[in-house]
Amino acid sequence: MAPSSAQETSAASAAPEAVIEVRDLCAHYGALQVLHGVSLAVMRGEIMVIMGGSGSGKSTLLRHLIGLQRPSGGSLALLDRDVTRLGELEYIALRRQMGVAFQGGALFSSMSVAENVKLPLREHGRLDEKTMDIIARLKLEVVNLAGYGDFMPAELSGGMLKRAAVARAIVLDPKLLFFDEPSAGLDPAVSAALDDLILKLRDAMQMTIVVVTHEIESAFKIADRIAILDHGRILAVDTPEGLRRSGNPRIQNLLCRQAEEVEIDPASYLRRLAGEA
Amino acid sequence: MISSVESLGRRAVRGLDEVGFAGVLFGESLFWTALGARWGRPVHLPAVVFQMMEMGIRALPIATLLSATVGLMLAIQSLYSLGLFGAESFAHVGIALSVIREFSPLIIGILVAGRSGSALAARLATMSINQEIDALRVIGINPVRHLVAPALLAMLVVLPALTMWANLVALGAAGLYVSAALDISLAAYASGTVEVLSPGDLWHGLGKSLLFAVLIVLVAVVNGARVSGGAEGVGRVTTTSVVQAISAIVVTDMVFAFVVTQ
Repeated sequence: MAPSSAQETSAASAAPEAVIEVRDLCAHYGALQVLHGVSLAVMRGEIMVIMGGSGSGKSTLLRHLIGLQRPSGGSLALLDRDVTRLGELEYIALRRQMGVAFQGGALFSSMSVAENVKLPLREHGRLDEKTMDIIARLKLEVVNLAGYGDFMPAELSGGMLKRAAVARAIVLDPKLLFFDEPSAGLDPAVSAALDDLILKLRDAMQMTIVVVTHEIESAFKIADRIAILDHGRILAVDTPEGLRRSGNPRIQNLLCRQAEEVEIDPASYLRRLAGEA
Repeated sequence: MISSVESLGRRAVRGLDEVGFAGVLFGESLFWTALGARWGRPVHLPAVVFQMMEMGIRALPIATLLSATVGLMLAIQSLYSLGLFGAESFAHVGIALSVIREFSPLIIGILVAGRSGSALAARLATMSINQEIDALRVIGINPVRHLVAPALLAMLVVLPALTMWANLVALGAAGLYVSAALDISLAAYASGTVEVLSPGDLWHGLGKSLLFAVLIVLVAVVNGARVSGGAEGVGRVTTTSVVQAISAIVVTDMVFAFVVTQ
């Protein structure tokens, strides 16, 4: 029996909505192709972790997602806008709804922490100084950095720098939040606190979060789904449990941190050394 | 043979690429300065003032010292060379024209290229390595409007101003030496100097300093933006920036003097 139209509407509204849609994305550095037709959809309110070994293309994929590189092929839609067709001003407007926390924080060293957090407000809003101060203080409280607004970035530890970067990334209450290697270089306790912060942001602020990481423990703790990249191609997209059960040896190698056998051809190695290849 | 030709070709292409990039940066800076406010994205005045303080006010002591030294050196050499013909009384002519038209813009240009051009290249290179430039872009801030345009505007004000100051200091120092050596009053020396100079001489020097300002900023930004590697890369682009800026200043100075005096 065919479902009624009311049932169809209800089912459609309950279906998860993709807020990031990557289709057949290709990326090149000169003649070298780094991404080979990557397709990925991230649903509203989920935490998608992108994992992969070194050189798998995960950082390149992130740079495309946050608009630092334009794809050489395929399409990329953020919040229903095809970014490959957006002009400069339209892209700037879209960026108000995106926040990015970079691997090293990327705080501006000449500004205090509070000034760093206020910069997006200053750029995109027309708020008075007092309101911006209040918002910056609130965001610093969210990331447990209350009272550190007057510090300079050089005076903060690695974990505090990353949390300050998160405060700057969420100051405009973005719908999409991107993290580049949030756990890199942190001790386990600080890393776990940052994982909790990511979960808190998703739950409390209903953000859709994309995390690029190679920290397996962190990925399995925070991810709703994990996309595994391998040599510029998506190897699998699944829940953490689904990946654990996967019979794919490459996935198991990555998850179990087993080194892959790399066969070296002595002749081609010598040619490379001599600069002939 | 082929590899050296190939290397030469690659360098030429890279050079052209950098010149093109500098042209785009210059055009974009002018665009944001002229039209940024209309789009609600102005070049921020505090950033320009900050750069002016860094490039101008903080350079005043060393600019004063160098200008005074150049003025004294010119006075000593002029009196010696003109003394060979018994023409010491004409020393003020050579000193005034060479200070205003040549030495002040050149010395200040080289000083600022070494001091502020290197600082700008190092700052941009460090920001690039620390992903601060990427952070600006994802926040939606155009890096040219935020970083390049304020530096360019500040330099266009500061370099001519420092050149004017250097004119005064160098002529003053030369005047003190010449008046003491020839036993004439400083007022008489100053009067003779003013008589010799025309507004065209002043504009000749200031025109050069405006060109040098553009060169110093663009060379610094092009090098800073193309950094690769870590601290070593920052050091390399900083050195390259200073060498290229000083070379560009000296060559431009010669071309400008040749074109204007024809």
